[in-house]
Amino acid sequence: MSRRARGALFGAATVVLAVVLVSAVAELPRPSAPPPRSAKLSTSVSLHERHGTDTVAGVTFDLRGFDTLGEELILFVAAIGSAVLLRAQRDPELLERAAHAADERRPRTASALRALGALLVAPMLVLGGYIVTHGHLTPGGGFQGGVMLAGTLLLVYAAGQMAALERMHPQALVELADALGAAAFALVAVGGLVFASAALANFLALGVAGHFLSGGTIFVLEVSVGVEVTGAIALVLNELLDQTLIREG
Amino acid sequence: MLPYLVAVWLLLVGLYGVVTSHHLVHLVLCLAVAQASTYVLLLAVGYRTGGKAPIFADLPPGTPVVDPVIQALTLTDVVVEATVTALLLALTVQAAKRFGSVEPDALGALRG
Repeated sequence: MSRRARGALFGAATVVLAVVLVSAVAELPRPSAPPPRSAKLSTSVSLHERHGTDTVAGVTFDLRGFDTLGEELILFVAAIGSAVLLRAQRDPELLERAAHAADERRPRTASALRALGALLVAPMLVLGGYIVTHGHLTPGGGFQGGVMLAGTLLLVYAAGQMAALERMHPQALVELADALGAAAFALVAVGGLVFASAALANFLALGVAGHFLSGGTIFVLEVSVGVEVTGAIALVLNELLDQTLIREG
Repeated sequence: MLPYLVAVWLLLVGLYGVVTSHHLVHLVLCLAVAQASTYVLLLAVGYRTGGKAPIFADLPPGTPVVDPVIQALTLTDVVVEATVTALLLALTVQAAKRFGSVEPDALGALRG
Protein backbone atom coordinates (compact mmCIF):
# COMPACT_ATOMS: atom_id res chain seq x y z
CA MET A 1 0.00 0.00 0.00
CA SER A 2 1.35 3.43 -0.86
CA ARG A 3 2.04 5.95 1.85
CA ARG A 4 -0.74 8.21 0.61
CA ALA A 5 -3.36 5.45 0.62
CA ARG A 6 -2.25 4.35 4.05
CA GLY A 7 -2.51 7.91 5.33
CA ALA A 8 -6.05 8.26 3.96
CA LEU A 9 -7.10 4.93 5.49
CA PHE A 10 -5.53 5.89 8.81
CA GLY A 11 -7.22 9.32 8.76
CA ALA A 12 -10.67 7.82 8.20
CA ALA A 13 -10.11 5.10 10.82
CA THR A 14 -8.82 7.65 13.33
CA VAL A 15 -11.93 9.80 13.05
CA VAL A 16 -14.12 6.77 13.78
CA LEU A 17 -11.84 5.62 16.60
CA ALA A 18 -11.78 9.11 18.14
CA VAL A 19 -15.58 9.32 18.16
CA VAL A 20 -15.88 5.86 19.74
CA LEU A 21 -13.22 6.58 22.37
CA VAL A 22 -14.61 9.98 23.36
CA SER A 23 -18.11 8.56 23.76
CA ALA A 24 -16.64 5.67 25.77
CA VAL A 25 -14.66 7.83 28.22
CA ALA A 26 -17.69 10.07 28.77
CA GLU A 27 -19.18 7.18 30.80
CA LEU A 28 -16.11 6.70 33.05
CA PRO A 29 -16.21 7.73 36.74
CA ARG A 30 -15.53 11.39 37.50
CA PRO A 31 -13.38 12.61 40.42
CA SER A 32 -16.56 13.60 42.28
CA ALA A 33 -18.00 10.06 42.16
CA PRO A 34 -17.98 8.03 45.39
CA PRO A 35 -14.93 5.71 45.63
CA PRO A 36 -15.62 2.11 44.59
CA ARG A 37 -15.91 -0.52 47.30
CA SER A 38 -12.74 -2.21 46.08
CA ALA A 39 -10.75 0.94 46.91
CA LYS A 40 -11.92 1.01 50.53
CA LEU A 41 -11.62 -2.74 51.03
CA SER A 42 -8.13 -3.01 49.54
CA THR A 43 -6.96 -0.08 51.65
CA SER A 44 -8.28 -1.60 54.85
CA VAL A 45 -6.97 -5.10 54.05
CA SER A 46 -3.47 -3.79 53.32
CA LEU A 47 -3.44 -1.62 56.39
CA HIS A 48 -5.11 -3.81 59.02
CA GLU A 49 -4.60 -7.38 57.82
CA ARG A 50 -1.15 -7.04 56.27
CA HIS A 51 0.30 -4.21 58.42
CA GLY A 52 1.78 -2.42 55.41
CA THR A 53 1.44 1.36 55.21
CA ASP A 54 1.99 1.49 51.42
CA THR A 55 -1.36 0.17 50.25
CA VAL A 56 -0.22 0.13 46.60
CA ALA A 57 2.43 -2.43 47.58
CA GLY A 58 -0.26 -4.21 49.59
CA VAL A 59 -2.41 -4.55 46.48
CA THR A 60 0.52 -5.47 44.25
CA PHE A 61 2.01 -8.17 46.47
CA ASP A 62 -0.99 -9.43 48.43
CA LEU A 63 -4.34 -8.98 46.72
CA ARG A 64 -2.84 -9.12 43.22
CA GLY A 65 0.18 -11.17 44.24
CA PHE A 66 -0.46 -13.86 41.68
CA ASP A 67 -0.71 -11.28 38.88
CA THR A 68 2.56 -9.80 40.04
CA LEU A 69 4.18 -13.24 39.81
CA GLY A 70 3.09 -13.36 36.17
CA GLU A 71 4.24 -9.79 35.61
CA GLU A 72 7.63 -10.60 37.05
CA LEU A 73 7.95 -13.65 34.81
CA ILE A 74 7.04 -11.47 31.80
CA LEU A 75 9.95 -9.21 32.68
CA PHE A 76 12.20 -12.25 33.19
CA VAL A 77 11.29 -13.74 29.82
CA ALA A 78 11.56 -10.39 28.01
CA ALA A 79 15.05 -9.79 29.43
CA ILE A 80 16.15 -13.28 28.35
CA GLY A 81 14.52 -12.69 24.96
CA SER A 82 16.40 -9.47 24.28
CA ALA A 83 19.63 -11.08 25.48
CA VAL A 84 19.11 -13.99 23.07
CA LEU A 85 18.34 -11.61 20.21
CA LEU A 86 21.36 -9.41 20.82
CA ARG A 87 23.94 -11.96 21.88
CA ALA A 88 23.96 -13.89 18.61
CA GLN A 89 27.42 -12.69 17.60
CA ARG A 90 29.56 -11.64 20.51
CA ASP A 91 33.27 -12.06 21.09
CA PRO A 92 34.61 -11.16 24.57
CA GLU A 93 38.03 -10.15 23.26
CA LEU A 94 36.54 -7.92 20.61
CA LEU A 95 34.34 -6.33 23.27
CA GLU A 96 37.28 -5.74 25.58
CA ARG A 97 39.20 -4.02 22.79
CA ALA A 98 36.15 -2.02 21.76
CA ALA A 99 35.66 -0.93 25.39
CA HIS A 100 39.24 0.33 25.62
CA ALA A 101 38.86 2.14 22.31
CA ALA A 102 35.63 3.71 23.54
CA ASP A 103 37.34 4.93 26.72
CA GLU A 104 40.13 6.47 24.68
CA ARG A 105 37.66 8.31 22.52
CA ARG A 106 35.76 9.35 25.61
CA PRO A 107 37.86 12.48 26.39
CA ARG A 108 35.62 14.09 23.82
CA THR A 109 32.86 13.74 26.41
CA ALA A 110 32.73 16.76 28.70
CA SER A 111 34.78 16.12 31.84
CA ALA A 112 31.96 17.57 33.96
CA LEU A 113 29.67 14.79 32.71
CA ARG A 114 32.33 12.16 33.42
CA ALA A 115 32.93 13.46 36.94
CA LEU A 116 29.22 13.73 37.69
CA GLY A 117 28.59 10.20 36.41
CA ALA A 118 31.32 8.73 38.60
CA LEU A 119 30.20 10.81 41.57
CA LEU A 120 26.56 9.74 41.35
CA VAL A 121 27.14 5.97 41.20
CA ALA A 122 27.38 5.40 44.96
CA PRO A 123 24.46 7.69 45.99
CA MET A 124 22.28 6.06 43.31
CA LEU A 125 23.07 2.59 44.68
CA VAL A 126 22.19 3.68 48.22
CA LEU A 127 18.97 5.40 47.12
CA GLY A 128 17.96 2.40 44.98
CA GLY A 129 18.55 0.04 47.90
CA TYR A 130 16.50 2.30 50.16
CA ILE A 131 13.60 2.41 47.67
CA VAL A 132 13.65 -1.39 47.28
CA THR A 133 13.69 -2.15 51.01
CA HIS A 134 11.08 0.44 52.06
CA GLY A 135 8.42 -0.45 49.50
CA HIS A 136 6.03 -1.75 52.16
CA LEU A 137 6.21 1.54 54.10
CA THR A 138 6.53 4.44 51.67
CA PRO A 139 6.15 5.00 47.91
CA GLY A 140 8.49 2.78 45.93
CA GLY A 141 9.28 -0.91 46.01
CA GLY A 142 11.07 -3.60 44.08
CA PHE A 143 10.17 -2.46 40.58
CA GLN A 144 10.98 1.20 41.12
CA GLY A 145 14.16 0.65 43.14
CA GLY A 146 15.34 -2.10 40.81
CA VAL A 147 15.25 0.25 37.83
CA MET A 148 17.28 2.80 39.81
CA LEU A 149 19.88 0.19 40.75
CA ALA A 150 20.17 -0.97 37.14
CA GLY A 151 20.38 2.68 36.03
CA THR A 152 23.78 2.99 37.72
CA LEU A 153 25.12 1.02 34.74
CA LEU A 154 24.25 4.00 32.56
CA LEU A 155 26.08 6.32 34.96
CA VAL A 156 29.19 4.17 34.62
CA TYR A 157 28.78 4.43 30.85
CA ALA A 158 28.37 8.22 31.08
CA ALA A 159 31.47 8.38 33.24
CA GLY A 160 33.41 6.81 30.36
CA GLN A 161 34.42 3.66 32.23
CA MET A 162 33.48 1.09 29.63
CA ALA A 163 36.68 -0.91 30.08
CA ALA A 164 36.04 -1.16 33.83
CA LEU A 165 32.49 -2.24 33.08
CA GLU A 166 33.64 -4.96 30.67
CA ARG A 167 36.27 -6.21 33.11
CA MET A 168 33.62 -6.63 35.80
CA HIS A 169 31.87 -9.07 33.45
CA PRO A 170 28.47 -8.00 34.75
CA GLN A 171 26.67 -10.50 32.49
CA ALA A 172 27.09 -13.45 34.82
CA LEU A 173 26.13 -11.38 37.86
CA VAL A 174 23.04 -9.77 36.35
CA GLU A 175 21.85 -13.08 34.92
CA LEU A 176 22.23 -14.61 38.37
CA ALA A 177 20.32 -11.72 39.99
CA ASP A 178 17.58 -12.01 37.37
CA ALA A 179 17.13 -15.74 37.97
CA LEU A 180 17.50 -15.58 41.76
CA GLY A 181 14.89 -12.84 42.10
CA ALA A 182 12.37 -14.69 39.95
CA ALA A 183 13.03 -17.95 41.81
CA ALA A 184 12.69 -16.27 45.22
CA PHE A 185 9.29 -14.86 44.28
CA ALA A 186 8.10 -18.28 43.10
CA LEU A 187 9.44 -19.89 46.30
CA VAL A 188 7.54 -17.43 48.49
CA ALA A 189 4.42 -18.25 46.46
CA VAL A 190 4.97 -21.97 47.11
CA GLY A 191 5.75 -21.15 50.75
CA GLY A 192 2.20 -19.85 51.07
CA LEU A 193 0.95 -23.25 49.90
CA VAL A 194 3.16 -25.13 52.35
CA PHE A 195 2.99 -23.01 55.51
CA ALA A 196 -0.36 -21.27 55.08
CA SER A 197 -3.64 -21.73 53.27
CA ALA A 198 -2.91 -20.78 49.64
CA ALA A 199 -0.25 -19.70 47.19
CA LEU A 200 1.25 -16.35 48.22
CA ALA A 201 -0.71 -16.35 51.51
CA ASN A 202 1.29 -14.70 54.27
CA PHE A 203 3.28 -17.09 56.48
CA LEU A 204 5.62 -14.67 58.25
CA ALA A 205 5.13 -12.51 61.34
CA LEU A 206 3.30 -9.31 60.39
CA GLY A 207 5.06 -6.98 62.83
CA VAL A 208 3.89 -3.47 63.69
CA ALA A 209 2.60 -1.35 60.80
CA GLY A 210 5.15 1.36 59.99
CA HIS A 211 8.13 -0.56 61.37
CA PHE A 212 10.91 -1.59 59.01
CA LEU A 213 10.34 -5.32 59.56
CA SER A 214 6.60 -5.49 58.97
CA GLY A 215 4.14 -6.61 56.31
CA GLY A 216 5.18 -10.29 56.43
CA THR A 217 5.86 -11.72 52.97
CA ILE A 218 5.31 -8.31 51.28
CA PHE A 219 8.76 -7.24 52.44
CA VAL A 220 10.40 -10.44 51.16
CA LEU A 221 8.57 -10.18 47.84
CA GLU A 222 9.60 -6.52 47.44
CA VAL A 223 13.26 -7.41 47.89
CA SER A 224 13.11 -10.41 45.55
CA VAL A 225 11.40 -8.30 42.88
CA GLY A 226 14.05 -5.63 43.44
CA VAL A 227 16.82 -8.17 42.78
CA GLU A 228 15.02 -9.56 39.74
CA VAL A 229 14.27 -6.16 38.19
CA THR A 230 17.83 -4.98 38.77
CA GLY A 231 19.07 -8.08 36.99
CA ALA A 232 16.58 -7.89 34.13
CA ILE A 233 17.01 -4.18 33.33
CA ALA A 234 20.77 -4.37 33.77
CA LEU A 235 20.84 -7.36 31.41
CA VAL A 236 18.95 -5.44 28.72
CA LEU A 237 21.04 -2.28 29.19
CA ASN A 238 24.24 -4.28 29.14
CA GLU A 239 23.32 -6.05 25.91
CA LEU A 240 22.37 -2.75 24.25
CA LEU A 241 25.60 -1.11 25.45
CA ASP A 242 27.61 -4.02 24.05
CA GLN A 243 25.90 -3.48 20.70
CA THR A 244 26.99 0.17 20.81
CA LEU A 245 30.56 -0.92 21.51
CA ILE A 246 30.60 -3.45 18.68
CA ARG A 247 29.24 -0.81 16.30
CA GLU A 248 31.74 1.83 17.39
CA GLY A 249 34.71 -0.51 17.69
CA MET B 1 -13.29 14.71 31.66
CA LEU B 2 -10.09 16.49 30.61
CA PRO B 3 -7.68 13.69 31.69
CA TYR B 4 -9.74 11.20 29.68
CA LEU B 5 -9.54 13.39 26.59
CA VAL B 6 -5.78 13.71 27.12
CA ALA B 7 -5.60 9.88 27.20
CA VAL B 8 -7.56 9.62 23.94
CA TRP B 9 -5.35 12.27 22.34
CA LEU B 10 -2.16 10.49 23.47
CA LEU B 11 -3.38 7.20 22.00
CA LEU B 12 -4.30 8.78 18.67
CA VAL B 13 -1.14 10.87 18.34
CA GLY B 14 0.95 7.80 19.21
CA LEU B 15 -0.81 5.75 16.54
CA TYR B 16 -0.30 8.58 14.04
CA GLY B 17 3.42 8.42 14.82
CA VAL B 18 3.49 4.64 14.36
CA VAL B 19 1.73 4.81 10.99
CA THR B 20 3.80 7.66 9.56
CA SER B 21 7.16 6.61 11.04
CA HIS B 22 10.31 6.49 8.89
CA HIS B 23 12.58 4.97 11.54
CA LEU B 24 12.11 1.87 13.69
CA VAL B 25 13.39 3.51 16.89
CA HIS B 26 11.00 6.40 16.29
CA LEU B 27 8.24 3.85 15.76
CA VAL B 28 8.99 2.11 19.07
CA LEU B 29 8.93 5.44 20.91
CA CYS B 30 5.62 6.37 19.27
CA LEU B 31 4.24 3.07 20.51
CA ALA B 32 5.44 4.07 24.00
CA VAL B 33 3.56 7.37 23.64
CA ALA B 34 0.40 5.50 22.62
CA GLN B 35 0.80 3.22 25.63
CA ALA B 36 1.32 6.20 27.94
CA SER B 37 -2.34 6.99 27.28
CA THR B 38 -3.28 3.98 29.42
CA TYR B 39 -1.40 5.41 32.41
CA VAL B 40 -3.32 8.67 32.14
CA LEU B 41 -6.59 6.78 31.69
CA LEU B 42 -5.99 4.52 34.72
CA LEU B 43 -4.85 7.32 37.01
CA ALA B 44 -7.88 9.41 35.98
CA VAL B 45 -10.22 6.49 36.75
CA GLY B 46 -8.68 6.10 40.22
CA TYR B 47 -8.54 9.79 41.17
CA ARG B 48 -11.06 11.21 43.63
CA THR B 49 -11.41 14.91 44.51
CA GLY B 50 -9.41 15.64 47.66
CA GLY B 51 -7.99 12.10 47.78
CA LYS B 52 -4.48 11.78 49.20
CA ALA B 53 -1.82 9.32 48.02
CA PRO B 54 -2.75 5.89 49.47
CA ILE B 55 0.32 5.72 51.70
CA PHE B 56 -0.53 5.59 55.39
CA ALA B 57 2.99 6.13 56.68
CA ASP B 58 1.96 9.60 57.86
CA LEU B 59 -1.80 9.59 57.27
CA PRO B 60 -4.29 8.55 59.96
CA PRO B 61 -6.29 5.45 58.91
CA GLY B 62 -9.62 6.41 57.33
CA THR B 63 -8.30 9.45 55.42
CA PRO B 64 -9.89 9.60 51.95
CA VAL B 65 -7.32 8.41 49.42
CA VAL B 66 -7.23 7.68 45.70
CA ASP B 67 -7.81 4.09 44.58
CA PRO B 68 -4.70 1.94 45.30
CA VAL B 69 -5.96 -0.90 43.08
CA ILE B 70 -5.78 1.35 40.02
CA GLN B 71 -2.32 2.56 40.99
CA ALA B 72 -1.11 -1.03 41.27
CA LEU B 73 -2.56 -1.70 37.79
CA THR B 74 -0.66 1.31 36.47
CA LEU B 75 2.53 -0.12 37.94
CA THR B 76 1.92 -3.37 36.04
CA ASP B 77 1.26 -1.33 32.92
CA VAL B 78 4.59 0.50 33.24
CA VAL B 79 6.48 -2.77 33.68
CA VAL B 80 4.85 -4.34 30.63
CA GLU B 81 5.59 -1.24 28.57
CA ALA B 82 9.25 -1.41 29.59
CA THR B 83 9.53 -5.06 28.56
CA VAL B 84 7.80 -4.44 25.22
CA THR B 85 10.11 -1.51 24.48
CA ALA B 86 13.21 -3.54 25.39
CA LEU B 87 12.21 -6.44 23.13
CA LEU B 88 11.27 -4.16 20.23
CA LEU B 89 14.56 -2.26 20.48
CA ALA B 90 16.45 -5.57 20.46
CA LEU B 91 14.50 -6.56 17.34
CA THR B 92 15.34 -3.18 15.80
CA VAL B 93 19.05 -3.84 16.31
CA GLN B 94 18.64 -7.23 14.61
CA ALA B 95 16.65 -5.72 11.73
CA ALA B 96 19.29 -3.05 11.19
CA LYS B 97 22.02 -5.71 11.10
CA ARG B 98 20.19 -8.13 8.86
CA PHE B 99 18.61 -5.78 6.36
CA GLY B 100 20.84 -2.74 6.72
CA SER B 101 17.82 -0.50 7.06
CA VAL B 102 15.61 0.86 9.81
CA GLU B 103 13.00 2.31 7.46
CA PRO B 104 9.81 0.30 8.16
CA ASP B 105 8.70 0.52 4.51
CA ALA B 106 11.95 -1.09 3.36
CA LEU B 107 11.29 -4.17 5.51
CA GLY B 108 8.10 -5.22 3.75
CA ALA B 109 9.50 -8.02 1.57
CA LEU B 110 10.03 -11.50 2.98
CA ARG B 111 13.57 -12.77 2.72
CA GLY B 112 14.84 -16.27 3.45
